[in-house]
Order: sequence, then structure tokens, then C-alpha cells
Amino acid sequence: MSLSDILIMRNELLLTFMAMILLTIDLNLNHAKKSLMIPISIGLFLVVTLIGFIPQPDQSLFGGMYHTNGLVQLMKNILNIGVLIILFQSAAWLKSPANATKISEYFFLLVSTLIGMNFMISSGDFLMLYLGLELATIPLAALAAFIHFNTKSSEAGIKLLLSSALSSGILLYGISMIYGACGSIYFDAIGAAYSNVPLLVLAFIFFFTGMAFKISLVPFHLWTADVYEGAPINITSYLSVISKGAAAFILIIVMFTVFKTIAPVYKSMIYLVAVLTMTVGNLFAMRQKNMKRFLAFSSIAQAGFILLGILGANKMGMTSVVYFVLVYIFSNLGAFGVVAAISAKTGKEYMDDYDGLYLTNPKLSLLMMLAMFSLAGIPPVAGFFGKMFLFTSAASGGYYWLVFIAVLNATISLYYYLLVVKAMFINKNEQPIAKFQSDGYTKIGLVLCALGIFVLGFWSQVYEFINGLSFGI
Amino acid sequence: MNILTLFVVIPVLTVAGILFTKDLKQSRLVSAIGMTAQLILSAVLVYLYVSERNAGNMAPMLFMYDLLWFPSLNIHYAVGVDGISVAMIALTGVVVFAGIFASWKMEFLSREFFISLILLATGVFGFFISLDLFTMFLFYEIAVIPMYLLIGIWGSGPKEYSAMKLTLMLMGGSALLMVGILGIYFFSVPTGGQLTFNVLEIAKHQIPIEMQRFLFPFTFVGFGILGALFPFHTWSPDGHASAPTAVSMLHAGVLMKLGGYGAFRVAIYLMPEAAHEQAWIFIILTTISVVYGAFGAIFQKDLKYINAYSSVSHCGLVLFAVLMMNQTAFTGAVIQMISHGLMTALFFALIGMIYGRTHTRMIDEMGGLMKIIPFLGVVYVIAGLASLGLPGFSGFVAEMTIFFGAYQHVDMFHRIATIVAVSSIVITAVYILRVVGILLMGPIKDDHFLHLPDANWYERLSTITLVVGITFIGMMPLWLSDMINFSLAPLIHKLATIQLPGM
Repeated sequence: MSLSDILIMRNELLLTFMAMILLTIDLNLNHAKKSLMIPISIGLFLVVTLIGFIPQPDQSLFGGMYHTNGLVQLMKNILNIGVLIILFQSAAWLKSPANATKISEYFFLLVSTLIGMNFMISSGDFLMLYLGLELATIPLAALAAFIHFNTKSSEAGIKLLLSSALSSGILLYGISMIYGACGSIYFDAIGAAYSNVPLLVLAFIFFFTGMAFKISLVPFHLWTADVYEGAPINITSYLSVISKGAAAFILIIVMFTVFKTIAPVYKSMIYLVAVLTMTVGNLFAMRQKNMKRFLAFSSIAQAGFILLGILGANKMGMTSVVYFVLVYIFSNLGAFGVVAAISAKTGKEYMDDYDGLYLTNPKLSLLMMLAMFSLAGIPPVAGFFGKMFLFTSAASGGYYWLVFIAVLNATISLYYYLLVVKAMFINKNEQPIAKFQSDGYTKIGLVLCALGIFVLGFWSQVYEFINGLSFGI
Repeated sequence: MNILTLFVVIPVLTVAGILFTKDLKQSRLVSAIGMTAQLILSAVLVYLYVSERNAGNMAPMLFMYDLLWFPSLNIHYAVGVDGISVAMIALTGVVVFAGIFASWKMEFLSREFFISLILLATGVFGFFISLDLFTMFLFYEIAVIPMYLLIGIWGSGPKEYSAMKLTLMLMGGSALLMVGILGIYFFSVPTGGQLTFNVLEIAKHQIPIEMQRFLFPFTFVGFGILGALFPFHTWSPDGHASAPTAVSMLHAGVLMKLGGYGAFRVAIYLMPEAAHEQAWIFIILTTISVVYGAFGAIFQKDLKYINAYSSVSHCGLVLFAVLMMNQTAFTGAVIQMISHGLMTALFFALIGMIYGRTHTRMIDEMGGLMKIIPFLGVVYVIAGLASLGLPGFSGFVAEMTIFFGAYQHVDMFHRIATIVAVSSIVITAVYILRVVGILLMGPIKDDHFLHLPDANWYERLSTITLVVGITFIGMMPLWLSDMINFSLAPLIHKLATIQLPGM
């Protein structure tokens, strides 16, 4: 194996290096200077992100277990951008005295799970997929329990670990059936050679269930709200955006390659899960008062929309899913960023606390409103385009009634997104959250989100670029 | 730059300008300048359009501009206008102009108010110039969503309830519309062709009749909700009653016309066969709208509710005329949209001004206002007479044309529907004259009202602009109907050539 072969895995290697460097630097910093880790980590990660944009030819390693191509690289870049924003947003929280000794752990764990996700997206067979998934999940459980003296956070860690273990077990069971049915675990071999194997349908059901846990599709969503509420805000945003995005990416790749022969069978299943996910997510989100829980349920509903793109089962479908995740990263991180900024300064996390926010903190309120509109799919912000294209791809498959149900759900979701807008702009409050200034990191993170929300929709080249890399069944 | 694109660019620049202002005086000045420019631009557009047509330009759409936006989906930013859209743009220009001056004293969060108001106007202008269903839909939603903040923040009464109800119902309408538009897109060309959202391209082909049957109700009801189609009109009275003056003006005056225009331009134009088949259902619904709205207005005591119900009735008449599907009725529909837009905006402006003085909108609590505030009183009478269709004002021309067109159908069903709808004229007269009688005539009921000031310069400017519009159309209707008639030709031609299954 030569150096150039190893460089095929440049994203994963760079991230590993970064993790090692972080630990080494941390050893050599004395206690007072620990906060230096924040600029160092963000700087290093920025370099990794930028390197990711250098073009790379399509190649594979380990006999096809690992492969990379334009689409995979794009997905990794999308995740990198999201993580970069999260790093900016977590700076204020990491500076608090309780976290003073744990800064480098935070970055190390975060980078580790990202390595896992990169491997997962790059996987060319089920073994690599599984390894990547596990590598992504276990550090996440540690991160969810990051505030270890807080019972809710510890509970979140345990819940995430247990439900992940269960879902991994189910996933593995499915994979073993695939091997039993096809005698291979390589994506290409299964997709090309086998069709009409009844066992493959059963295998798919188990595989899909395992993945549905990760993306928190109904009825496998029950862990979501508690974990999201208990975990530190930045981890919640990581779970709801990056983790979900990565799982959606690999799910659509696998469904379009490995399981393409049973597409007619799985479509009705996806149809049902999509309707359930959107509806249940929405109905629960309506009643939430805690902003983290609120965003958790809204993100369940959003995951339901992603399935619409998968149902399209063509090139347009994949493009719309990748594009939607990109847009969703910016919109959801915008919302989480505001929640994190307010929570870091005041510790307030409830919707009632946001009453009258516009009069004291107009910029934060405006960004929150934009993020809410983007999540609800209101033009002219990017979320509208993301949703619209998902609906278009579902309609291209002839699923008009599903599109109708989805748009109705989008209207219902508008109700609860507007509740946040109402709290900030319309409701009166005797003691609103006082005017405050966020630190530089938070501001950069929020500005990035605002830019993304505004620009991505109108900038049609982004969509066309993704479309150039996508494929259909 | 294309003249039509300016209609979107100027409001956006105005919004950007308002962002830099500090207080009410500056922000209203910037808004007034921007919207005056917009009004002048509308006038220029009308002039250019008429002179192009006189010069013999027979193209269905003028001032076209086309920019490919999303190549893989064939989404364009495509604009172009015919006589109907020019008329609607001119209406919007006038109403927005009047609306800015009607909110001259908006003290609370004035910057945000004007920004939302002008964003709404941007959506409306964008909708009327669009030829591409995608951008049309985009602008449609841009026009609807600022309503939430406008009513929620600056409204009165149960404003939060009304704002939410209005927004959700209209967005529910756009949910229906989304299905309709996507369906039209995927059947826009015969199999194998490049799919398109462009209205003119789609109109060249026939959408398969089975799909039309499925998509027409989605599209028509989707637009119909915004046009206050019974039984989806319930957002309208609550929304209008809670909204601040300028918002009621814009909403009833312009935004509801999006419904009528869209039903006409998209639902009927692109799916005439299904429209023919299913028209009877919607004719029944619109007839109910017309009569029910008028009866509803009789029983209300709140001035704004009276006018909101009257809007339901008049907008119902627009959809009623659109469904009659002949040249005369179509012409009437467009004139009615313009006439009602000006008239209802005038009403809402006056109600806002009266409320600003008396602090009540209940007609029982007021009386004899004509003696105290003669200017506003006289204008109110003018608006009322126009509303009940007195010859010389726009309302007469519009209703006359509509019922003329509707009566051209010789079968019993259409005749009965027309006769029932005509009865609304009488009911309209009842509620208008009742209000005028109680509100303006009779004894002065409250001594506090004795020293109310009459209209200020900006209020006069706002109302006179609208009165001029109403009288202009009333006196010179042919000028407008010529402009419309010519543009109806492609649709009439399409209607004449359709093959109805089973006939």
C-alpha cells in the first residue's frame, strides 16, 4: 500500500491527526491556558474543512470496502461545514467554568464521531458501514452525558447508548440476513447480482429499522426527545443535524444501490413511515414548551420529509435529499445557535422566556425567525427550495396524495414555528431577556447560518452541482 | 433592466432603504418615495403597454424576459404581462400608495411595519408579472406570510387568533396549490418533452383529461381560498377585522385578487376541459359566497366586519364570473377585481380614519358624522354608492358586465345561478344604505365626537387617489375593457377549440 493509496482516505486521516494533535497539545497546556484549545481546534478543523474541497478522483481501497467519489466527498463536506458551525456555537458554552478542564475532550470526542460518519458514508460494504456507525455512535453517547453531574445529561447518555446498541443489533441482524441471502456484503455485488430474493426483503426491513433509529423515524423515535433535552445544546444540534444527515446520506445510497431491486416492495413501506413520521413529529412538536424538545420533535417531522425524496427513487430524488440536508443544516443550526447563545448567557430554555425578545435582542430574533421560516419552508429563504424540490421528486414518482399530506404537514408545522415567532415578536413580557452581546465565535457561527439560509436557495448552482453528482435507481 | 423586473427591485430597494432609517418620519418618507416611484412606474407601464398595442404588437405577452434559474428542473425566472396583469399591477400600485399614506402615523415599530407591508407588496407585484408557475408560487407565499406579523403585531382585537387562522388557512390553500402546480408540471408536455413550469408553454398542449379532473379542484380551491370561496372564506372577516388599516386595504384590495387572477390564469387557462366539467360545483359555491357574504354584512355591527363580508360577496362574484367562461364574463371579472380592489381599499382606509377619531367601529355608537367630518363622510358615501353599483362608478360597470356574461348561458342551471347572484345587488344596497344612514346621518350620539378634526393632508391624498381610480373606471370603462378583451383572445380561442369528452 503506497502513500497515494492512503491519501484516498484523506478526510478520515486528517481528522485522526487532528484528534491526536489536540490531545498532545492539551497535555502540554497548563490549567490556566486550557481555553486556548478553542481557537486551536476551530483553526485545525477549518483547515480540514478547506482541504475537503480539493477535488479528488474516484477511488477505492481495501478491495472495495472503502470508496470515495464526488458525491461522497460532497456529503463529507456538507457534514464538515455543519460541524464547523457547531464548533463556533459551542465556544461560549465551553468557556463556562464547569467545562474548563474538559475542553479538549469535547473536541476529541466530536472529531471521533465525525471520523466514524465519514467512514460510514465512504463505505462500500456492510462491514465498513457497521464499523463507521459504531465509531460514530459511542463517542456521541459520551458527549450526550458530557455534563456528568447533571442527571438529565447522564440519562441522555445512557438512553442514547442503550437505544443505539439495540438498533445496532437489529441492523446487524439484517446484515447477517443479507449475507445469508446473497453470500456477499459488498454493495455492488448485491445490487448487481441478486433480485427477487424474498429474504432480501426481510433483511431490508431489519436494516431499515436499524437506520430508522438513527434518523429517528416514527415509530423508532421514542429515544429522541429525552436525549435531545438532556444532552448539552451543542450536542443536541449535532445529533439532530450531523448525525441525522450522515445516516440519511448512507441510507439513500444503500437504498439506491443495494436494495434497488426490491424498490417496488419497499416503497409502500417508506410511504407509510413517511406519513407517520411527519404527522407524529408535528403533533408532538405542537405542545412542547422546552425549546430543545421542541426542536427535537420538529426534527423528527423534518426527517419524514427526507423520505419523500427517497420515494422519488430517481436522480432528482437523491439531489433533493442531499440539498435538503444541506439547507436543513443551516436552518436548524441557526435555530439551535440562537437557543445556545441565549442559554449560555441566561440559562433560559423555555419558549415563554422568549416573549418580547425582539425588543431587547432584535438580531437574534430575526435570525430565529428566518430559521423558523426556513424550517417551515416559507420563501424566499432556502428551506422553501429544499422542501419544494423534495415534493417535486415525490410527485415525479406519482405520489400526489403523499405530496398533499406532506404539504398539509408543512402547514401544521408552520403553526408551531409561528408560535416561536409569536413569542418573540408579538407577546408582551414584563421581564424579557435582557439585552446582551454574544462573543465573537457565536457571532461567526450565527452569521454563517444566516448566510446559508439566505443564499442557498437563490444560488441555483448549488443545486445543479449536487444534481451533477447524484444518481438514481 | 427589464421594466417588469423593476417592479420587484424597487420594493426590495425600498425595504433595504428602510433598514437604515431610525424613526417613523424617516421610514415613512422612504416608503412613500419608494411607493410613489412604484406608482409612477405602473403608470409608465400602462402607457408603454397601450402604445405597444396601438403600434400593432400582437404578441400574447409583452416585455417578456426569461432567465434560466434551475436548469435541471427547467425553472425559469420568466416575466411578461398582458392587459390583465397590467391592470392588476396598476391596481396594486394605487392601493399600496394609498396604504402607505393611510398608515402615516404608525408609531409602534414603524420601521418593521413598513418593511413587512412593502415585502407583502413585493410578493403581489412578483406574482402578477410571473409567467413561471414556480416563481408565481414563490411570490404568492411571500405575499401571504408577512400578514402574520402585520396582523399579529399591529392588529387589534383577537389579533393573535385571527393572524394564525388567516396564515394557516391561506397556507393550507397553498398546500392544495402545490399539488396542483406539481401535477401540471409533470404533465406539462407530451411524454418525452422537456417539462416546464412556463404558463405559455403549458397552454400549448393539452394536459390529459384524467389528470385535469384530479388537478383542477386542487388548483381552483387553492386559489379560491385566497379569493374567499365559500366555505373557505372564514379567515377573511376575522383577518380583516383584526388587521391594521393599511393591511386590510392591501389584503382585501390586492391580495384577495391573487386568488381570482390565479384561478383564471392557472386553473381555467391550463385546464379548460376539467373546468368545463366541474364548473357547476364551484358555481354553486360561489353563488353561495355572493349571497351569503351580502347577508352576512347586513347582520354585522362592526364596520370592518361589514366590509369584510361585503368583500366575500364581491370576491365571490369574481370567481363566479371566472367560472362562466365566456368573454363578457371574463372581462367583467377583471373589471370587478379592479373595481372592488379600489373600492374596498377606500372603505378600509375610511374605517381606519374614522376609528382613529372615534375609537369605536360599532355603528350603533356613532351617528351624524357627516356634520362633523364632512370630507370623510362624503367619501364614504361615494365608496358606498360605488359598492352598490351606481352607474358612473366602477362597481356598476363590473357587475353589469358580469351578469351580462353570465346570462349568455341559455341553460336553466346558469340562469338560476345568475338570478340568485343578481339578488346580491339588492342586499348590498340594504347594508350600504343602512350603514350610511346610521353612521353619517341622524343625530350625533356622543358629545365627544363634536370636535373631531376632519381629514389631514395625507388622509386626503390617500382617499382621493382611490376615488379618482373608481371614477375613472366608472366613466371610461371601455378603455379598460379594450385592454382586457384583447388579452382574453388566446383563452377564448383555447376554450372554443377544446374537445369535451362525451360531446
